[in-house]
Amino acid sequence: MSELSVKHLLGIKYLNKNDINLIFETADHFKEVINRSIKKVPSLRDVTIANVFFENSTRTKLSFELAEKRLSADVINFSAAQSSVKKGETLIDTVNNILSMKVDMVVMRHPNPGAGVFLSKHVNASIINAGDGAHEHPTQALLDSYSIREKLGEVAGKNVVIVGDILHSRVALSNILALKLQGANVKVCGPKTLIPKHIESLGVTVETDLRKALNWCDVANMLRVQNERMDISYFPTTREYTQQFGVNKALLESLDKEIVIMHPGPINRGVEITSDVADSNQSIILDQVENGVAVRMAVIYLLASKIK
Amino acid sequence: MSKKVLLSSKEIQIILNRLACQLLENHSDFKDTVLIGLQPRGTFLAKRLTDLLTKEYGVKEINLGSLDITFYRDDFRRGDKTLEASKTHIDFLVEDKKVVFIDDVLYTGRSIRSALTAIQSFGRPAEIELLTLIDRRFSRHLPIQPNYRGRQVDVINGEKVQVLWQENEGQDIVYLINE
Repeated sequence: MSELSVKHLLGIKYLNKNDINLIFETADHFKEVINRSIKKVPSLRDVTIANVFFENSTRTKLSFELAEKRLSADVINFSAAQSSVKKGETLIDTVNNILSMKVDMVVMRHPNPGAGVFLSKHVNASIINAGDGAHEHPTQALLDSYSIREKLGEVAGKNVVIVGDILHSRVALSNILALKLQGANVKVCGPKTLIPKHIESLGVTVETDLRKALNWCDVANMLRVQNERMDISYFPTTREYTQQFGVNKALLESLDKEIVIMHPGPINRGVEITSDVADSNQSIILDQVENGVAVRMAVIYLLASKIK
Repeated sequence: MSKKVLLSSKEIQIILNRLACQLLENHSDFKDTVLIGLQPRGTFLAKRLTDLLTKEYGVKEINLGSLDITFYRDDFRRGDKTLEASKTHIDFLVEDKKVVFIDDVLYTGRSIRSALTAIQSFGRPAEIELLTLIDRRFSRHLPIQPNYRGRQVDVINGEKVQVLWQENEGQDIVYLINE
């Protein structure tokens, strides 16, 4: 159990339980490293990593870049907005051009689902999927599970509800797969229009009453309403969405038990979650961000050790 | 595969006492000294010496830590296996302290080289010494020598020194294994 079963991290779908355990155990060591006064180790000093972002990102890109630098890798950044993609270059051409500069690993975010899988078949480098459309966002799911494990001791047997825009969310799919793999019970909750058909086939249950869902769960992962991916109206008004699926302090205090609140960011304060909840003791939102660096260091370290 | 006993439990006990006395001679009250066991196998020896010094030789308090060097090794991606890390536990400052690295076997010296880099993440020590139970002669890749050695042995390539500890393997013994 000392190495990953995969050469790329394209999605949680391709991982097994041992992979996840190994990533978490390695992340524990890196979490200790990033809390030292000198937060850097020289492991990847002969590895070059390209961060290729065809879609906007603040948190994920910063987190990956920091993880790479903490491991002493050389880093190059690429964002589609300022590149030849605008001039009509294809994905494979773009990436192959980057790789001919002797790059060993590519971290890619792309608006099209499956872009990472496609790329892994055509280029000779280790690929990490940093989000592909509404498909998967594996490192986010790993850091979410890691944060649950840190807060509650283990993931197995815990009740987790994912609330909000399930339909457009890559975080939701990756989280469902990761949580089920580790033996958690998962519910999704949101307006019917934002819950995909046949989602039960992933082994989750659907609840449309937020209060019931929160009373059932140990952890609530609140998702953002992704207006940028919505071509039609999925609910009448934001105000109505907030009334039915927003979490506020009064609602949390009326529950039978104290639950853990998570959010992958960016938060729409006052829509899916109010400020006093986001900043409360029950929220582990900022722990998620810190753990993100440690988990990404673990993923990069383990994949880099398979590059020959 | 043949197995020869290099040191028996009794011999190890005598050596540990000698090493403890040598440390005591140089560091007296251990106020400005910290002991660092190198993971994974040096930590047992470090704990033993600390216990001896505090229980038998009346040292009041010793700062004992463990340092994992996995992320500082120079053979990352050069072998077949992923290098697995162990825990680092240093809950004190090493700035301006005399640091004693403690490991079971000194072989190529590469682990010690990594440890020298790794300890810098915790501050700038006043000086660093090295203590090893077994010093394999004629096998060094780097100019590194111990300040305190339990036993110096001549071991040819293909032979392996294995150190077992009571608290981990059930007995104190050092084997020379010919594979």
